[in-house]
Amino acid sequence: MSVQPTTAAKTERLLNLVIALLSTRRPLTKAQLRAAVPHYQQTASDEAFDRMFERDKDELRDLGIPLATQLVAAAYDDELGYRIDRREYALPEIGFEPDEVAALALAGRAWNQASLASSAAAALTKLASAGVELDERSVVGIEPRVRTTEAAFAPVHAAVKERRELTFSYRKADGTTSTRRLQPWGMTQWRGRWYVTGLDVERQAERVFRLGRIEGKVTLVGKPAAYEIPDGHVPRVLVAATEPTQTDQPPAVLRIRRGAGNTLRRRSRSVNDLDESWSLVEIDFKESQGLAQEVAGFGPDVIVETPMALRDAVVRLLAAARDRHTSPTAEATTPGGMP
Amino acid sequence: MTAHRAPRPAPESATARLSRLLTMVPWLLARQGVDIDVAAAQFGVTREQLESDLELLFVCGTPGHLPDDLIEADWEDGHVYIGNADAISRPLRFTVDEALTLMVGLRALAATPGVTGASGATGGEAILRALAKLEEATGEAAGVAARVRVTLDDGAAETILADASRAVQDRRRVRLRYQSFGRDEVTERDVDPMRVTSLDAHWYLEGWCHRAEDTRLFRLDRVQSLEVLEVDGTPPDVAQLRDLAGQTYRPSPDDVLVELVTEPGAAWVADYYPVESVVDLGEGRRQIRLRAADTTWLRRLAWRHGGQVHILTPAALAAEVALGADAALAAYPPDVVRGLGGDGMPPTAVATPVATPMAAPVPTPDGAG
Repeated sequence: MSVQPTTAAKTERLLNLVIALLSTRRPLTKAQLRAAVPHYQQTASDEAFDRMFERDKDELRDLGIPLATQLVAAAYDDELGYRIDRREYALPEIGFEPDEVAALALAGRAWNQASLASSAAAALTKLASAGVELDERSVVGIEPRVRTTEAAFAPVHAAVKERRELTFSYRKADGTTSTRRLQPWGMTQWRGRWYVTGLDVERQAERVFRLGRIEGKVTLVGKPAAYEIPDGHVPRVLVAATEPTQTDQPPAVLRIRRGAGNTLRRRSRSVNDLDESWSLVEIDFKESQGLAQEVAGFGPDVIVETPMALRDAVVRLLAAARDRHTSPTAEATTPGGMP
Repeated sequence: MTAHRAPRPAPESATARLSRLLTMVPWLLARQGVDIDVAAAQFGVTREQLESDLELLFVCGTPGHLPDDLIEADWEDGHVYIGNADAISRPLRFTVDEALTLMVGLRALAATPGVTGASGATGGEAILRALAKLEEATGEAAGVAARVRVTLDDGAAETILADASRAVQDRRRVRLRYQSFGRDEVTERDVDPMRVTSLDAHWYLEGWCHRAEDTRLFRLDRVQSLEVLEVDGTPPDVAQLRDLAGQTYRPSPDDVLVELVTEPGAAWVADYYPVESVVDLGEGRRQIRLRAADTTWLRRLAWRHGGQVHILTPAALAAEVALGADAALAAYPPDVVRGLGGDGMPPTAVATPVATPMAAPVPTPDGAG
């Protein structure tokens, strides 16, 4: 069996300890616990027992078991006693309706591909243990997924959870890299990518970082619960909030080859077929550069009629693309070898 | 949970096993006489492991550890019975991460009405009810969960997502007008839907495509229209759901090897597309190798980035970029092109638009060209 005898013995010891602490109404002193748990009775010395008990206590707390301490009157002096309150320990009774259960199953299974997959599965199993029957068939064929492919996800998530400051090396969109120090507040996944929000300690300002651009190791430097998070902080990606708003400018007029430029045609204001080869299409737009790139991407199939600023932007892009791909020396790949 | 059987991992820790036992006991108590294999599957362990767990349980119990104090476990006929385990008859409350996965997942679903409104079983209102109950039961974990957000909405039309979801559930064939990736064309396809799934940034319909006679993934924001047909949409037996654990698109060794250099303004290309290798050339420039089945999208990538993307090989693809750009520029007044485009290319190269599918030049309204 994959479980080694010593591990099995330890599991047995921890389980007996949990049962003893849950079964008692009065807090148990260390001496009482040593008598109550068979493996503790067998320890060679007081010191060995103390070390073992301290470690066990920490491990139970790490599992989320609410181990409470309280002073109790002992033979000579007050002593620390231990117990677990059953109400604190147990998942409360929650009466879920069948449709709510279906939603929970969908929410939990969305994490199947993520680094929190085992937590999501454990949560669903706990619900099943509490008597909630999860009907897998009710949501067959619908599979929302959350993924956490970024290597930085686990350490950043831990830091957000524990409110610990962290440092990392961050690469900006322009390729430059710098070391950042952050008090993380929250995380958000938007358009398939994870971001962390928080206070950039050196800049003393709120910043958003894309996890995929964090290079190398993330180091948690601060103590847990080291700072406060602004009330009502909602992690979001600033680019989403600052999308340019619709302006009153006239639509762009494009000449689009028949059968081509489909993404442009789809959101056009009007389409008039000029002849067998071309259509004239009017399209509303917010900012020139984005539309210019989209138009240039269609190469010879989309031509700008107006406005002139858009036409010039497209001409610049296409001329640069052409020049980059025609020079005979363009094969050079060493830095500085470019014209 | 995973499709891949990895080599056997390191032995399970005592706390991981304890955690399973504390969940397993209430689960078994609520299902006395359950088949032992069903129980093993529920906890993702082998039957032998489950038996070993049960053996461990019946040597544990309340202090005293006399026979009456110990947990009872019986599985002799392949059905599991548990008794005398009052102290641990309820599952342990959620850890922060457990509560977080459910709550963040529910919130993301609630904000994606297309998928949740589709089936009666998962209406948006049910999601909010489940969320409220969970928040009340989890206490402090709810605070952390509120600081983690997932957006599943990719801008795909809500009605298309809803109709696709309904078609999957009702097993009905759909007719799509679909804008392919990379290639600038719209095709009409009849599809027997198998599932609606979100991958990274987008929602997809996976199904048996009668045009391709194969399973295909259709990105819903590229679906121009989706009509649910009055036809049974049960996919043929050969239709297999793909393992989506990896990427949506896996390059095959037969694909064309493309090498390109990106200037700082197009550095995102290496982050965004599956690439074979990236070499940092300094000053934000990168040399990338990738494989592509269809290079049309690379041509478009080069055009839209105006010199920020430089295709090195194959040479034919680089030539297509130059010729296509030149053909497009031919539609604009020459003085404008000269004024904005720098040196331009030698006139001899301009006069050979043979390979590009150019129609006869059409006069522009202002008479130039």
